[in-house]
Amino acid sequence: MNEELASIGKSIVINGELTGSEDLTIEGRVEGKIDLKDHVLTVGMNGRIKAQVTAKSIVVFGHVTGNLTATEKVDIKEKGSVEGDIVAPRVAIADGSHFKGSVDMQRKEGANGDRPLSTVPSLTDLVRV
Amino acid sequence: MALKTAFKGLSSVATAPTEDVYSSKTLGKFLSFVFSRSGAELIDLGPVIGSNIAFMGERVGCKIHIEDLYADLDRHALEGTLDRLPDFMAARFPLGDESVDAVLCWDVFDYLNPDAGSALSGELIRMLRPGGALLGFFGARASDETRYTKYFIQDESRLRYRFYVGACRRRAVLQNRDIDNLFAGLQLSDSVLMRSGVREVLYHKRSA
Repeated sequence: MNEELASIGKSIVINGELTGSEDLTIEGRVEGKIDLKDHVLTVGMNGRIKAQVTAKSIVVFGHVTGNLTATEKVDIKEKGSVEGDIVAPRVAIADGSHFKGSVDMQRKEGANGDRPLSTVPSLTDLVRV
Repeated sequence: MALKTAFKGLSSVATAPTEDVYSSKTLGKFLSFVFSRSGAELIDLGPVIGSNIAFMGERVGCKIHIEDLYADLDRHALEGTLDRLPDFMAARFPLGDESVDAVLCWDVFDYLNPDAGSALSGELIRMLRPGGALLGFFGARASDETRYTKYFIQDESRLRYRFYVGACRRRAVLQNRDIDNLFAGLQLSDSVLMRSGVREVLYHKRSA
């Protein structure tokens, strides 16, 4: 089956709530709220978003103002721009991109990588030099 | 002699054509502290660096607030409003009192005039939770070069330096007493002059 990808063209302007159950690429302007739950949102180079966004993964080539929440990953590409707070277990921010806000990757207890940082002396062990 | 060595070290950094990696005596301690705080929040005063975000988010497990003061400096320099920096710094941060566990200052204080530096340090101390940590880097000499440094975290004990063009220059060398005055009220935990010519200073706020 040859399934076409859903997209919003660069001349399209949407004000309001946008929901869907398939991957979506936005090249136009969206203001309001975007909820793709288990799917991938791609903000194309021409895309301009002012919205709270929820999706499985969010890829940003264009401009986003608003908070991003992803269950898998947020990926801000070179020349992509995000102003808002990001909540996602994985976040990639490319050199040359613009980001202003906070990043919360919600580490779970014990999921701290292959070498515990706790092996490094704590502040209370330090001595004034 | 030691100072001369420090100058020599900084010179080698300033002219390095490639990105050099330097060890840090305080980064690991700082990150270890953040790691030990459940649900820790950290302010990074430098430009956004994707690999640092990934390291601190995935490995250290903290929430990171990016507050790029170097971009603010550039904007004020280009608009000719550097004299307004003290007021700007005093109102810059939206975060509440005692709301963050750690602050990564990098070397931003080297670029600020005394009033702006005092305004900034006051805000950082205000936002820091009791027991919280603050890490700052201070150069050993002033410079006429208008450039900043991006510090890439390689691992818990190494940083890669990358220079990039900015609008401001390092204004002056802050002596230890100047630094202590800036952070009066915090407790000095570690102060190390590195071979790179950078003094790393780690403070923490006394627990309530």
